[in-house]
Amino acid sequence: MRSLPKILIILGSVLLLGTFLSPIWRITLEAPQYPGGITMYIWINKISGNQPGTLQNINILNHYIGMKMIEPESIPELKYFPKVIIGLAMLGIVFGFINNKKLFLVWGMIIIILGILGIYDFYLWEYDYGHNLADDAAIKIPGQTYQPPLFGSKMLLNFNAISYPYYGSIFIGLSLALSFAAFFLKRKEDNSKI
Amino acid sequence: MKSLNFIFTLLIIASVFFYSGCGNGSENGTGGAMSYSNAAEKVYVAPGEYDEYYAFFSGGFSGQVTVHGLPSGRLLKTIPVFSVDGEKGYGFNEETKPMLMTTFGFVPWDDSHHPKLSLTKGEHDGNFLFINGNNTPRIARIDLTTFETTEIIQIPNTAGLHGSPYPTENTEYLLAATRFSVPTPQKDVPIDSYKENFKGTFTFISGGQEPGEMDIAFQILVPGYDYDKANSGKGPSHGWAFFTSYNVEQANTLKEKNASQYDKDYIAAVNWKKAEEYIAQGKFHEWPSEYYHNYYDEKTHMATATKKKGVKVLIPSECPGLVYYLPAPKSPHGVDVNPTGEYIVANGKLSADLTVHSFAKMIAAIEAEKFDDVIDGIPVLNFDAILAGVVESGGLGPLHTEFDGRGNGYTSFFISSEVVKWSLETYEVIDRHPAYYSIGHLSIPGGGTMKPWEDGKYLIALNKITKDRYLPTGPELAHSAQLFDISGEKMELLLDFPTMGEPHYVEGILASKIIDRQVKFYLLEENEHPHRTLIEADTKVIRKGNEVHIYGTLIRSHIAPDNIEGIKVGDKVFWHITNLEQDWDVPHGFAIMGANNAELLIMPGQTETLLWEPKTEGIYPFYCTDFCSALHQEMQGYVRVSARNANTKMKWRLDEEVFGE
Repeated sequence: MRSLPKILIILGSVLLLGTFLSPIWRITLEAPQYPGGITMYIWINKISGNQPGTLQNINILNHYIGMKMIEPESIPELKYFPKVIIGLAMLGIVFGFINNKKLFLVWGMIIIILGILGIYDFYLWEYDYGHNLADDAAIKIPGQTYQPPLFGSKMLLNFNAISYPYYGSIFIGLSLALSFAAFFLKRKEDNSKI
Repeated sequence: MKSLNFIFTLLIIASVFFYSGCGNGSENGTGGAMSYSNAAEKVYVAPGEYDEYYAFFSGGFSGQVTVHGLPSGRLLKTIPVFSVDGEKGYGFNEETKPMLMTTFGFVPWDDSHHPKLSLTKGEHDGNFLFINGNNTPRIARIDLTTFETTEIIQIPNTAGLHGSPYPTENTEYLLAATRFSVPTPQKDVPIDSYKENFKGTFTFISGGQEPGEMDIAFQILVPGYDYDKANSGKGPSHGWAFFTSYNVEQANTLKEKNASQYDKDYIAAVNWKKAEEYIAQGKFHEWPSEYYHNYYDEKTHMATATKKKGVKVLIPSECPGLVYYLPAPKSPHGVDVNPTGEYIVANGKLSADLTVHSFAKMIAAIEAEKFDDVIDGIPVLNFDAILAGVVESGGLGPLHTEFDGRGNGYTSFFISSEVVKWSLETYEVIDRHPAYYSIGHLSIPGGGTMKPWEDGKYLIALNKITKDRYLPTGPELAHSAQLFDISGEKMELLLDFPTMGEPHYVEGILASKIIDRQVKFYLLEENEHPHRTLIEADTKVIRKGNEVHIYGTLIRSHIAPDNIEGIKVGDKVFWHITNLEQDWDVPHGFAIMGANNAELLIMPGQTETLLWEPKTEGIYPFYCTDFCSALHQEMQGYVRVSARNANTKMKWRLDEEVFGE
């Protein structure tokens, strides 16, 4: 199977587009009077919830503590992340056709770097929402901040905030895995040729 | 001496009856909890768990419907239907006032009687609930996705709408019968010209399965008796409707005596498929009768009242084969058709026995023309020719029968205050149980349909007298319902629970048939109310002469706008308030000091309008009445009312932003 690495890298590129099919992160707020919780889904290009009114309901809760409104229109990442993903997929396909092991490794490294940057960016947004609170908020608790965790759960006043990657992230992981598989296979292939 | 002997004999009979009564009831006593080892377990619904059934109770003279859960008996909701309800603003806000319009004007109260669920193929489909208003004849539709009254149709040429709504097998029609015969059409005549001038009507209402489409399909003019209850045929008897009558004596005064003289009254059997043929042939009279049709649109969140004119009337003497009279003892109340559709049970409320007629024999008697009499063109069938059997009950005053789908009938006996279980095969009594006290109607979930057992293992007794059943509450007591387990051979009394008004009937349905279709809130983007305000930035105040329209919004935890100036004494102020919430169970209320109507109780996504006419100058607070959030108490505002001739500028604000003329 001489063309296998090439197929894998192209497959990985196509799988990356799967991030448009499912959210990449999920944050759930749990409290007794919210049976089933309030769940916010973060997609590569939008923010949604488990109900039509979820975002509004979260903003209503947040305004009591002076948190900024979460307005998807004002988050630029939701506009350029999709372009980055599409660009990355196209690049992967081009690299696949060039069929060079170094390029496979480069593509994988780009995913890792962009992934880390993305998570760091997400952390910054969470930090900003959680710390940058209005002075005239109705509920002010000295020392209390409301940054939800990146991974895991944390009590924020009466809410338990639970944050984990969602199915969309699996596509990124698969792409990454395929890029490395392609790299190692290709290297093995190149070595055996000698 | 003779009379003394008679009294002794009576005493002996009474004591035997009393002891036998006690004997029957001994293991059940008068309902003491100790006698019921597992009754508590059977009715216990653990915290957070759901009841197995919804039960829709008529609110009787409250005019409303109450929704309870079974087997717990817990009250889940009161649905305003025919009476205004300050709690929900029903009949007070501008949107629902049209629901209570009639040709008599705005009628803010009624006497609600028989809740009946819509049917498809003779089974409860869980789509709608219908109920009749007895005093000012009307039928209402309640939508079971929202548990709100969405349609009311007035029934013309009718006085006292009792025998109603009793849908046909697929809700092709709802039935209605006049309880009090009156001159039809109405006219000014001496009351003692009853026999000459007074008539009854049966009405068939179409559109039961089509929201907004209820209408008077046709009416049948019948002799001037009192018509009591009704029921639709099913299976083989589908296409027929049955109505009980009393006062065939045609008394117009002291009816308690004068209407109770004859041994037999009649069940009117109406072949409504035949009626459809006559209507198609044009054999009807077009009467210019007027009636109202009121419809609440869930998109505009608004009701419209439409006055309609003209009904098609069939006259039996001109339409052979349309109506027959089946003799039945004595002043029958309920007429009940068993699940197979073959047996028609007449509950003669002043008799001891139950009469069961056979539908097959009825058809045979019609074909063989076994008529004893003809009244106004209506043949009276021979009693013996149509009789299937008699239940010699040993009780007194049968009112109403329902069925368990295992071949048994259950009949309420008002005078002897008991439920009697009997076999449709042998006509023998199987079991009897006292009811506390004086049972009126009874109900088995699905017991009036073709598939009772799928729905029903309980029987609910609706009792007319309460006395000592609960902690006393002064002269007026809640009516008492009782829940029986009927899954075994013997009936077992499980639970007493109080009800609202005087429930005349209750209909139960498996919760699973309704629960998944519940609307949790209205989508703002589907709100088509002409005075909606979908975002806070669009709130405004507009003056048109002495009318002021305030377009406001509610969202946790503020009202926008919350400071309004420029209102003047004598203004008609319309508060058009939209609840911007989009979550389940976040209604907001709205109330303003001195309003002469009620509050608004606005569901998420809904718009409602309160008319307010301030009479004196000053500052008036308004606030949210439904505890919505931690800052609910702060959800309030002020409106300034100035003198008529003042030149206060129209101005409104929220937080930093001030708007105005």
